[in-house]
Amino acid sequence: MDEISMEISLTVNGEKITKTVPVRQHLVDFLRIELGLTGSHLGCEHGICGACSIRVDGAVVRGCLMLAVQADGTEVFTIEGLTETGEIADLQNNFVERNAMQCGYCTPGMLVTAAELLRDLKPRSREDIRNHLSGNFCRCTGYHAIVDAVEKTINKRLEDS
Amino acid sequence: MNKENELYLLDRPNSYVGRTLSREAAKRAVAGRGRYTDDISPNRTLHATFVRSPYGHAKILSIDVDAAKKHPGVALVMTGVELSEMCTGPWVGTLVCFEGMKSAPQYAMAVDRTCWQGEPIVMVVASSRAVAEDAAELVSVEYEELAVVVDKETALDPKTPVIHPELGDNLAFEKTIETGDVETATSEADIVIEDTFTFGRHTAVSLEPRALLAEYDPGTERLTIHTSSQCPHMIQAVFARTLGIPEHNVRIVAADVGGSFGLKIHTFGDEVATTAASIKLGRPVKFIADRLESFATDIHARENRVKGRIAVTKDGIITSMDIDIRSGAGAYSQYPRTSVFEANQILNITGGPYAHENYRATTQVVYLNKVPTSQYRAVGHPIGNSVGESLVDQAAAACGIDPMEFRRRNVMHDDSYPRTSAAGIEMQDLSHQKCLETLVDRMNYDELRQEQSKYREKGIQRGIGIAAFIKGTAPGPSGYYGAGGAPIATQDACTVKLEPSGGVLCMVGVTDQGQGVDTVMGQITAATLGVPIESVRVIEGDTDAVPYGGGTYASRATAIGGEATYQAAQKLREEILEIAGSLLQTDTDKLDIIDGNIVDKGDTTSRISLAEIGRIGHFQVSELPNHIQPVLSATHRFRLRDALYIFTNGIQGAYVEVDVDTGFIKLLNHWVIEDCGRVINPQLADEQVRGGCVQGLGGALYEECVYDDAGQLQNATLADYLTPMAGEMPDIEVAHIQTHTSVSELGAKGVGESGTGAAPAVVMNAVNDAIRPFGGKVTCQPMSPQIILQALGKI
Repeated sequence: MDEISMEISLTVNGEKITKTVPVRQHLVDFLRIELGLTGSHLGCEHGICGACSIRVDGAVVRGCLMLAVQADGTEVFTIEGLTETGEIADLQNNFVERNAMQCGYCTPGMLVTAAELLRDLKPRSREDIRNHLSGNFCRCTGYHAIVDAVEKTINKRLEDS
Repeated sequence: MNKENELYLLDRPNSYVGRTLSREAAKRAVAGRGRYTDDISPNRTLHATFVRSPYGHAKILSIDVDAAKKHPGVALVMTGVELSEMCTGPWVGTLVCFEGMKSAPQYAMAVDRTCWQGEPIVMVVASSRAVAEDAAELVSVEYEELAVVVDKETALDPKTPVIHPELGDNLAFEKTIETGDVETATSEADIVIEDTFTFGRHTAVSLEPRALLAEYDPGTERLTIHTSSQCPHMIQAVFARTLGIPEHNVRIVAADVGGSFGLKIHTFGDEVATTAASIKLGRPVKFIADRLESFATDIHARENRVKGRIAVTKDGIITSMDIDIRSGAGAYSQYPRTSVFEANQILNITGGPYAHENYRATTQVVYLNKVPTSQYRAVGHPIGNSVGESLVDQAAAACGIDPMEFRRRNVMHDDSYPRTSAAGIEMQDLSHQKCLETLVDRMNYDELRQEQSKYREKGIQRGIGIAAFIKGTAPGPSGYYGAGGAPIATQDACTVKLEPSGGVLCMVGVTDQGQGVDTVMGQITAATLGVPIESVRVIEGDTDAVPYGGGTYASRATAIGGEATYQAAQKLREEILEIAGSLLQTDTDKLDIIDGNIVDKGDTTSRISLAEIGRIGHFQVSELPNHIQPVLSATHRFRLRDALYIFTNGIQGAYVEVDVDTGFIKLLNHWVIEDCGRVINPQLADEQVRGGCVQGLGGALYEECVYDDAGQLQNATLADYLTPMAGEMPDIEVAHIQTHTSVSELGAKGVGESGTGAAPAVVMNAVNDAIRPFGGKVTCQPMSPQIILQALGKI
């Protein structure tokens, strides 16, 4: 069986991309295999673990539950793009300083999810932060350090705003 | 090195040892620049997938691969028989240190019979994983179902079928130890408590699944394997021997590893098959387990039933403990580490914090038609601690003594070491008393009890749990792997080099999976040599680059690898000082190295920089007298001498709320006081404990691989196998007591498993404390709401 393919055009991390993709390829496979953006990780391909969380048209989505062809015409940001724009540099620094990751496999998805709390900036309790991150599985840290890093970033931004 | 100098190097002002420093790998991780095995894709890479057994036990009648072979994009289809022809022989997962142990030969892929659901049957290699899966669906396998053995309790009954008839029965291993006189102590005791505990199967659920990329070069006959592994040299030895390639022609590279937890100290048949495909095709072949494959083929652990008994005097002194363990392994003992360590560790550590002298433990490990079991973080400890600490709590309640006070009366005294535990294991440098009193303080124990009472009056059921523990870390060569016959190093090594620029390279046999092993080795090197941390680069995870070592398992990296690094750095320091002494015409005794410069001892003014020593030592050797030939590289290997393990200890506390109408458990607070000896990086040590705790809490509360009566795994997705998420987990307060181990100069013990080892025990004790007024008691993990409601008699 030949792969059924389709041409898509989208913006990835600010760059316009046109590619022909197999219609069954999910978005993260497309980003990783076709574009070499290996920062987005696959942990379950069932939409549970959150390791593949990316931003599509401003919303956090599970990249494994979206087909590449569904991303036609969208604007996609991965961890590589969010790093380059500097949007979450403070959050990233706090993750490093607080050691809010060990193996680092969940980290890109965790940062993309946590970034939502920074865009909707308001005081958050630790419980709020925990609940917000509850769709992102981390097997290493036990979450405490991640909550610390997110909390510190929110509080600093509130202080500076 | 004399003691004075040793303390000086590690404890001098501004030492890097004992200080929190950030990890380089963290900086890569936050930018999405991690480099995991699946991120590596050489040109012409092919992808492997597997047809796996849908049955727990079945005879393979026929395999038809013709359609799959013809599928466009397919490069290779290989059966178990074809693979066995490329292998030197099947694996037999026994170690001679486990006397009488038996296991059947296991092929990398099933040959004529499959003994567990998920066992690989046929490999398909194609241009992409998707194409390989398309073709795998065209493979037709005819099976004849055979009777399965899934219940460990009946596995040894005469009526139960025998999985491997050549073994005679389903018994993998049995062992009994007894010290003192349990029967007399029990019959003379004022109070005897007996109970039975059951523990579900867990699996590691590393977020990055198992991953392997094999690259065989037919020209040079060299094999390079990139793999997500904790133990590169073990993988080198096992794969080379299994595939008949000289070990020195096999290079194992473990770059970033996305979680491991013991899962990735093992070898798997599908990974051997993938490597064989690369050898056969002369092209890179990659296998990345998907999540279903992870659940159905990663090692499982923890499936145990333990009957326990404790005997105490009426004033609360433990006189005896005895336990009877039935451990459910899989269809084969996992090669090369075996499937019996867990049961053996339960036997070693149950009741381990206490000073009683009468102890008996019996274990039987039985084969089942399930995924093979083996080592998973804190092997055996969650079970042994849950059993021992629950019995202690029940005995305290029967005596009418507060559980903290009961433990205070029974723990081994801090001034009583060295001594032997009731299980016959040598204990030294422990601190149960200090840890207990620190916990009392940190928990505000008395106030917390008062708060608990107040909530009771309001109809809110809160429970306080306590669990003291010991943890075997950093196993020595006299015990299991080396002595048992497996190609797994229990010693470890470090090479430290001074480069011409004054930079320092530190190559270690231990590996990093995110714990910060590389950071810790860098800190030890920089502190010992007296150089800025920025000038040290640590290299790990590449058998072509590092000295031979065992890798990271059993909380050994800092305890064993750290000491090797410390000693290697001291050797290099001595050579640097010798060269400096010659150049400066000064006694080496009068020189020191501070911040990358040679200085007069007690002064900070640079007399010559390390960069200058590096330059002269490499390029201007003529400036040195003939009797000095710079090497500027030092290697040291370290192993334990006599000790079985470096035991650590600690105590955990938990505060929980149980909703007696729904059976839901809310974790309110969690404390860990532990003694890992010298702490090199406080933040990293804390985070090992926190992450480990949550892994233990997952097992205690949510996680279980559920099999049905046909040997079918029922919940092989992350939607069905529940893991702890941020919303359910508490903040965890951690404190360290630092009793240096006397088996090394560095004084560090292991820390990676202390959280996991006792978290299930402490939360089970807290839950039982909460429901005790209702006459409820839980002795089964995971403690699902259903289990809680059953314990309360509500369902």
